[in-house]
Formats: sequence, structure tokens, C-alpha cells
Amino acid sequence: MRGIGVSAGLAYGPVVLVQPPVRPPSDEPAPADAEAALADVKAAFEAVASGLEARAGAAADTAKEILGATALIARDKGLLKAAGSLLKAGKGPASAIEGAVDQYAAQFEALGGYFAERVTDLRDVGARAVARVQGLPEPGVPSLAEPSVLVAEDLAPAETATLDKSLVLGILTEGGGRTSHTAILAAQMGIPAVVQVAGALAIPAGALVAVDGDAGEVTIDPDPAHVERLRSRVARRTAALAGSRGPGRTSDGHTVALLANIGGPQDAEEAGAQDLEGVGLFRTEFLFLSTDRAPTVAEQTDIYRRVFAPFGERRVVVRTLDAGADKPLAFADLGPEENPALGRRGIRLSAERPELLDAQLEALAVAARETGADVRVMAPMIATAEEAAWFARRVRENGLPKAGVMIEVPAAALRARHVLADVDFGSLGTNDLAQYTMAADRMQGELADLLDPWQPAVLDVIAAACEGASAAGRPMGVCGESGGDPLLALVLTGLGVSSLSMAPSKVPIVRLSLSLHTLADCQRLAGLARQARTAQDAHDAVHEAASTELTALL
Amino acid sequence: MPTRTVTIASSVGLHARPAALFVQAASATGLDVEIARPGDDPVDATSILGVMALGAKHGEEVVLSADGDGADEALDSLVELLSTDLDAE
Repeated sequence: MRGIGVSAGLAYGPVVLVQPPVRPPSDEPAPADAEAALADVKAAFEAVASGLEARAGAAADTAKEILGATALIARDKGLLKAAGSLLKAGKGPASAIEGAVDQYAAQFEALGGYFAERVTDLRDVGARAVARVQGLPEPGVPSLAEPSVLVAEDLAPAETATLDKSLVLGILTEGGGRTSHTAILAAQMGIPAVVQVAGALAIPAGALVAVDGDAGEVTIDPDPAHVERLRSRVARRTAALAGSRGPGRTSDGHTVALLANIGGPQDAEEAGAQDLEGVGLFRTEFLFLSTDRAPTVAEQTDIYRRVFAPFGERRVVVRTLDAGADKPLAFADLGPEENPALGRRGIRLSAERPELLDAQLEALAVAARETGADVRVMAPMIATAEEAAWFARRVRENGLPKAGVMIEVPAAALRARHVLADVDFGSLGTNDLAQYTMAADRMQGELADLLDPWQPAVLDVIAAACEGASAAGRPMGVCGESGGDPLLALVLTGLGVSSLSMAPSKVPIVRLSLSLHTLADCQRLAGLARQARTAQDAHDAVHEAASTELTALL
Repeated sequence: MPTRTVTIASSVGLHARPAALFVQAASATGLDVEIARPGDDPVDATSILGVMALGAKHGEEVVLSADGDGADEALDSLVELLSTDLDAE
């Protein structure tokens, strides 16, 4: 089997299937015997409660408490009673559970604040009981008894974020894509992952699989010689990377800053401890996704302080709130849109709700002053020079020294010379840039080929942005996932990019790749890629012409 | 029926950890314990969802009631629990 490798490394171990959530059957009949149905519902809740308690027993402090409290919800008499009333009213068992959960969820949501946060736990209990009462396995990542390879349709961001790195050897998904959140978080956590693996869900639970997160290769029940070959390649890579240290530079000394993409204080602590030159993309919206009101300046300042501190005097590039489209926020929702990826998101949302941007800039300025960090702020979804100038003015009014813009809209790339005139730097968001250049939705896994960052058209747009930046005398970086591809990093450097930001786990291989080539090599490779007719040809031409010392490790 | 009025001491209100601890303690009494906002209909104090749905915040008052043998002692211990900042421990 083959998919798209999105997080490097080799995983070899038994498969554990992550069950998708099940809904009650749409035509669930009324129970013949309401008493017996109530007993079934009660047994389902009890099974969920015991399962949660068993997990609580094995978990550490915080998780133990949360799981214990969730078990109490599963045993709740009020919830059972509400389900009982619905059974009497003619609902089937699974529908009754869902209905009872909805009733309480509505009450908690109305209370808001702390109470609304509990709705997630309540719905989790409901989803488990709905599956149980139908005799199906509970949804979600099961508790793992041994290190395993997870196989799922796709993982929710919350599921990925809470994985135990010591027990999850690798991740395979049938859905997802190169830039889905599962892929991004897996790379950040250093868990080998392959997405878009057709037929992955049909792999029997417990089967042994070898997963190559670089090549995207998945082998079921591999023979020992194959595992050995994979192992030795990973070992060669590990050995080669052990000697990769210091700032990014080509073999002839041209510097390319190697930076981390991070999403919060914990990422910051982990990345700050590594050998890299700072942060090229701090995605602030991840911090606000779980709250239903705008965070205050004081709350934000506290978070930013914790993000900046681990980097000392190194740079931290902060992207202001990028809500909308695939990342709707409860407190910054402008209502449903026909086409959210093309709607009021990023800077367009900030223009509608400037108080959100001002609060964020104020908090960033305070945290920057207090920590002494080299903080640079950039706006997402800039399309025109006017938007860039508007943003830069607001940044400076709030006392922050450096303003930049994301280059992810082709319009801004083509007009980079003017867009960058009023700001200090540009940063190519190659994931969205590919989406908008190819008119292909990032969230549509089936369109992964169109979203391939090797698409020559995408490379042409990047080249135009770099030429504009050079004419304006401004540095241009890359903070999309393509910056972490050791071959593409060479092409980007050849096109004139001066910093590459990526999942921290990818920094060593990119550093090694740069150190094996001169700037002239990079320029030649960039030329080869742009001359190619297809994405595959572009990749193959660069792979062929790059140093064999590098390609032997890929 | 014995009743007690008590002010919620937990800084996050009667929610999350404090609510779980309270419900566990109420269940452990083995009695029918109820909790209400003053003047409102009482809810079962052994139901975590019912207790959380009260939405009792820090500094607000709730009324506890219980029936049966040892009701007074049980209520006293529950009052003590709610008068402590359970989230601080």
C-alpha cells in the first residue's frame, strides 16, 4: 500500500483501529418493550463508565481526574432518566441516548464559560454509549496496551494532540491530506505518519505493519528482510543527522535561517530546547479554538510570555489570528459563508473586528517588552498593498517594531514588490498558496495531487513573490509544510527564500540538505524544477540532480 | 426535612472537580440529598449533570436538603465541603 508520507521515520508494530463515531440509525424503531430498552441503555452507560474508570486507573493525575469525572457523567441518574422519558415517548435506544445528551448539552451551552467546556465530555460519553447500545465498539482512540500503529479514517485535531507519543508508533489514515491538521501535528510530535492510504481501514486489527513516513510506503506483515532494509535506511539517516548542527547554510556559506512552526506554549518549550534559530510561524488561533469568548489582553499576554521565553533572543514570528474557513471560532464567527476559504477570514476578519486584532497586538507588545524576545508580527490572507499598509500601521501603533505579511494569496505573490513596500518581510504560506493557485480545497484529500507543492505553477508563483521581495529589498521566508521537505528546501533557497520554517523534527534533515549544496547548486535545481512539465517531473529532476549523499537517505 | 444554606467557596464555582467531589460525597451518604438555588426547584445532588446544570458560581448560595437517619450529620459534612475552595487543593 502507498499513501502520502507526511511525517518522517519508520514505524513497525501492531495495528489498532480507531473507530469512527456512529450515529443512531435514522430509522431506529420504537422499542417493543420500553423497560427492556431502558435496561439496555443503562447497561450501555455502565459499560462506558467502567471503561472510563479502567482508563482513569491507568492514567496520570490530570487525566485521571478528567476520566473519573467523565465516568460520573456516564453514571448520571438524570441522564438515564431523560433517556428513559424519550424511550417512553417512542424513541429507539440509540436515539434516546443522543436526545438526552442533546438536552443537557443545550443547558450547559446556555450557561456558557466553564460549563460550556463540559459539553465536549458529555458528547464524548454520549457517542460512546450510542455505539455500545448498538453493540459496536466505542469510537475514538482506544486505550493502548502496547506501542501500536493507529489506523483511522482521519483523526480530529484534539485526538492527535492528546496522543501518547510513547505508545503511538505511527499513524495511517485513509483520509486527510498533506496539510491536514493530523499531518501537521504528527510531524510536530515526531510520529511517523502516512495519509491517503486507500484500503487502510481494511487492515485487520493486530496485523503487523511497517510504515515509512518519508516514502509513504505501508507494508502489511512485511518479511524480516524488508523491515531490516527500512531500519538500516532510518539508521543511516539518524547517523547522518547526528552531525547536523548550527545555523542553516549552504556549503558555500549562504545563510538560510531554520525555524520552527509552533502552535502554543508546549510546542514552544519543546522547540526552544532544540538546535534551531527561532520560530517562523506561531499559529495563534490554536490557543483560542476551545474557548467561546474572546480571550482578554491579560490572558493572551500570559500565553505569549510563555511562548516567547524559551527562545531567549531568537526571533519569534507571530501570525495574528487566522480564523474562518477550516478554523471557525465561536467568538469570531461572522455567520455561515458559501465559500469560507474565499470568505472573510484572516486579515479580512480583522478588518471587520479590529478590536480582536488590537487586543492581540497589545498583548504581543507587552509580552515582547517583558521577555525581550525578537518578536515579529505578520498578517494572514493579505491580498493587496492597501491591506498590508493598514496592518503595518496598526502593528506599529501598538509599539511592535516589525510587521510582515503572509504571502498565500496569488495576488499578493504576483504584486509582492508593492505589497511588501510598507512592511518589513514576507512569508510564503505554501499550503494556502497551493490551494489558491490550483483552485483546490486543502481539506479535499482526493485533490492531494493538485495540492502537491512541486506543482510547477505553484513554484512559478513562489518565484514571482521572491523576485518582488528582492526588488523591494525585503526578505522572503517560507512557513508552509514545503519548507520541511529537504529537496524542496533547496529549490526554495535557489528561488531566493532566506528562511525556512517547518515542524521542528524536520530541521536536521533540511540543515543537512543545505550543507551538501552550494547556492549555485540550489539555483540550478530551482531552474530544473521550473522547467519541468509536471509536479512529478519537477520532483524527479531535482531528486536526480541533488547530492547522492542526501538522496541515499530519503 | 433538615436543610442548610451554604455559599460556594470554589473559585471556579460548582463545576468540574468541585462538582465531581461534591457528587461523590453526596452519593456516599446513601441518603436522598437534593441541592437547589434558593427559591428554585431542587435537583438530585448525586447527579453530576444536574449539579453542574445549576450553574452555581463562586460566592453564590445553594440550599441542601436531605431526609432519613443521619441527615443532619450528612448535610454538615457536605456544607463543609462546599465551604472549602475545592479547586485550590
